Amino acid sequence: MSDNKALVPSHERGAALDLRGDTKDFVTAYIGKQLFGIPVLTVQDVLGPQRITRIPLAPPEVAGSLNLRGRIVTAIDVRKRLGLRDKEDEDPGMSIVVDQGGELYSLMVDQVGEVLSVPRKAFEQNPATLDARWREFSDGIFRLDKKLLVILDVTRLLDFNAAVKQAV
Amino acid sequence: MDDLLSEFLTETSESLSTLDVELVKLEQNPNDPDILSNIFRLVHTIKGTCGFLGLPRLEAVAHAGENVLGKIRDGELIVTPPAVTLVLESIDTIKYLLGELEQNEAEPDGNDADLIARLNHFADTGTIMGGDAAPAAAVEEAPADDAPEMTDDERLQAIFDATEVDPEVAEPEAPAAAPPAAAKSQEVAPAKPAKAAGPKAEAPRAEVKESSVAAQTIRVNVELLENLMTLVSELVLTRNQLLQMVRGKDDSEFTVPLQRLSHITTDLQEGVMKTRMQPIGNAWAKLPRIVRDLALEMNKKIDLQMIGADTELDRQVLELIKDPLTHMVRNSADHGLEDIPGRREVGKPETGTVTLNAYHEGGHIIIEISDDGRGLNLERIKAKAITNGLATESELESMGDQQIQQFIFKAGFSTAEKVTSVSGRGVGMDVVRTNIEKIGGTVELKSVEGRGSTFIIKIPLTLAIVSALIVESGGERFAIPQISVLELVRASNNSEHSIERIHDTPVLRLRNRLLPLVTLKKILGLDTTEEADDGVDEEAFIVVAQVGTYSFGIIVDRVFDTEEIVVKPVAPILRDLSLFSGNTILGDGSVIMILDPNGIANRTGEITVGDSQGVEGKAKADASDGETTSMLVFRAGGNEVRAVPLALVARLEEIDVENIEHSNGRPLVQYRGKLMPLVFIDGGYQMKTEGRQPTLVFQDRERTMGLVVDEIVDIVDDVLNVELTADQDGLVGSAVIDGKATDLIDAGYYLELAFSDWFGTEENGGEKKRVLLIDDSPFFRNLLTPMLSVAGFRVTALENAEQAMELKNRGEVFDAIISDIEMPGMNGFEFAEALQNDELWGETPIIALSSHTKDEDFERGRQVGFSDYVAKFDRDALVSTLIQTLSTI
Repeated sequence: MSDNKALVPSHERGAALDLRGDTKDFVTAYIGKQLFGIPVLTVQDVLGPQRITRIPLAPPEVAGSLNLRGRIVTAIDVRKRLGLRDKEDEDPGMSIVVDQGGELYSLMVDQVGEVLSVPRKAFEQNPATLDARWREFSDGIFRLDKKLLVILDVTRLLDFNAAVKQAV
Repeated sequence: MDDLLSEFLTETSESLSTLDVELVKLEQNPNDPDILSNIFRLVHTIKGTCGFLGLPRLEAVAHAGENVLGKIRDGELIVTPPAVTLVLESIDTIKYLLGELEQNEAEPDGNDADLIARLNHFADTGTIMGGDAAPAAAVEEAPADDAPEMTDDERLQAIFDATEVDPEVAEPEAPAAAPPAAAKSQEVAPAKPAKAAGPKAEAPRAEVKESSVAAQTIRVNVELLENLMTLVSELVLTRNQLLQMVRGKDDSEFTVPLQRLSHITTDLQEGVMKTRMQPIGNAWAKLPRIVRDLALEMNKKIDLQMIGADTELDRQVLELIKDPLTHMVRNSADHGLEDIPGRREVGKPETGTVTLNAYHEGGHIIIEISDDGRGLNLERIKAKAITNGLATESELESMGDQQIQQFIFKAGFSTAEKVTSVSGRGVGMDVVRTNIEKIGGTVELKSVEGRGSTFIIKIPLTLAIVSALIVESGGERFAIPQISVLELVRASNNSEHSIERIHDTPVLRLRNRLLPLVTLKKILGLDTTEEADDGVDEEAFIVVAQVGTYSFGIIVDRVFDTEEIVVKPVAPILRDLSLFSGNTILGDGSVIMILDPNGIANRTGEITVGDSQGVEGKAKADASDGETTSMLVFRAGGNEVRAVPLALVARLEEIDVENIEHSNGRPLVQYRGKLMPLVFIDGGYQMKTEGRQPTLVFQDRERTMGLVVDEIVDIVDDVLNVELTADQDGLVGSAVIDGKATDLIDAGYYLELAFSDWFGTEENGGEKKRVLLIDDSPFFRNLLTPMLSVAGFRVTALENAEQAMELKNRGEVFDAIISDIEMPGMNGFEFAEALQNDELWGETPIIALSSHTKDEDFERGRQVGFSDYVAKFDRDALVSTLIQTLSTI
């Protein structure tokens, strides 16, 4: 069940971001105006608005849990996780479901875009001046034509233990 | 075919194929202890099982093989290719015998004396006996040493008798269960030459076919079943949606097919569920027989009690605990229970009892295996631990009994004096523990020497299906495992049950008991409104839950029905939420959290009391016929709980910190038109800087005093037993209240602290009256001493009249004596009589204190010289009588 991805320590993930081949495929998503990318192979599903059960006493970033074809999926509010303000409009948003160590997580974003193939030569390391929390969750940046694509490190994004330490 | 036998065959043929592979591996890595112990365990299991099934020939071969392996494991023999060949040969023989068994449901005639002899020879000398030459000599040798079961004819006969019954019973079913004809014909050929019991292992034996019984069952990956179940749940949901759509349209053409779909779905669901769940009784099925045979063999009388056989268990879990369970029952029966003369000697009934008890508790399945046998012999364990180099003598010195007992879970540890065919080789408990820990369970051990041992296996419920009550609180639904729900109570102001409050803590009167309540909304942090309490008062549903022996009520908004749910573990990031034991998907497709009553109980500050402790507690309560006392339990300065007899406390108040004033550097408040001094539990106590501070108000006539505390915890009725007397100012001592060590505060000390000036003036003005208090109950001494001190007396409290006589002889003088009547040793009447004509104490008034206040008691009291008589519980009367008596002098 546990795939090897999960076994790679998160701090090596950046280096492990497979940059072989000429292009890389990412599922893109918008939060506010920022474009994010998640490696296409880690993505299980893309969901529309779902009925989410709140989990009392859970960390605030955990929006709740939902039923995806008989499996329980934990919904993560990526906005909160990235330290962004709550969305102002009433748009229910969308979710990207990823598998992390055999568990499914649904990453709630504002909108899911297309799958992009980006040339590897457009890759850049995180700028040193990036907000610490973002730097923590980002694997690097791709320069696109008009936008910058921030690659989310799903393992770190879901590592709440580290987050607790950070918060303290 | 006999269920047991076919199961044995399936199991053993699996073990054997593993064995082949492992043995070859061992040949390549002769020094790998893991492979070796794995092989050893497999052979051990085969041997053990066939012993109980009454298969002496198989058992003899396995036993001899195991001997060799045991020696290799202990390093006495080294692994060489011929040695492995020899062991493999014994495995082949086992395979052959199994093939025969499958055909004929009985072992073939003849024996394997030659092979056994060679195995034993190897075990004893470390050399391989030369081929065919030795058997003749060895045949005689073999039965003599390591295979006692071959010689003991009576015992053998008993085993045969025992086994014969079953094939007969099973006969009518045989055709249905018979293996396919093809398999049969293949088996016949090799079987014939084998019956001659030739000295060598014939070649055909090695070719024994894959067991055809094994082919009747398929092992399916659990993950596959899991996926199937998920799919079926989805199917159910879809069906439900469809049904919803068609409902109300009577003439729909879909109605009939949909109904069929519905039925099939339900059946399918049940079927898939069944593939996973099994009652634990399945794993127990072969135990009665094992125990019975064992009893015969060991000359014991054993009663096997099985409780909770229908407790459902995930199949996977069940598989894994089956062997450990068998092992442990066998251990209990073999090592634990004494034989008949042994039991008679120690005055126990001849029949020993082994009890198996399975039940669900707080998200776990608990299996208890207990016997009323001899218990673990600590000395022998210690000795063995030293011989095995597991611990040094000094280390053992510092260990508790419990820790020493844990040694039995170490590999190679057996305290059985002799190695029997049943057990005693030191495999066993370590395997048991390994297997149970593999599935995330724990084994606990409790043993009292001479009274028996209890093993408690706790297995998590992660995969099990439970019935749960669905409730709603704060707009969310939650499941509470039905197993911990005792009852439901609907409380409202105008019904029989209504929620009352002690200091804002809601409680419920339920059948003459006070039930503590928790509001689910509050502990889950779903309570957003400030005035939610008012809503609760009007009408509420209370789920009465029980954890161990502690029961409490959970206030919820609504109660739905019960539903069978599949407990799924929560995501790792939510694991530390102790209030939930898992989550699940309901029939309507929504996800809900499953509450863990254990966690809630912990959250409310109640330390979870295990079942056994509960029993002890009950026993304690039964044993002590003593009066219980209401104690007010509170916290002040630090985490430890303190208590004071409730009778001494006049009122409980909450004082707003803002209202605290200071006079002469001392804090006080205006209270009921007067100034009330406040005292703290100790000098270093820090008051809150804002908000309200709970305060215990003590009152004595016109004076009141407030003791500032952090929190009022509870009011407990318990038998008061002061166990430690503290030298510290302000403490009477420590007592166990409600199962917890609690400091008892000395109210008198704090009263003096508050009114030192008042007491001071009196002390300056005149000598305090000296009062001698004699009571055998420490509680009354502790209750009355501070009370009388407050009333201005100097009190000397004694336990019995003898001590009082000693004081008298030392020339001490008192102004008055208060004495209990019923006391051990010299009672109150005798004491008074003894004093009547005493020159020193003869004039001292004696007030009798008793719970009996009948007229003839009064009369008798007056005759022996008591000046007055006061009922024990009437403290006001005591003080006024005392004052009156003293003033008349």
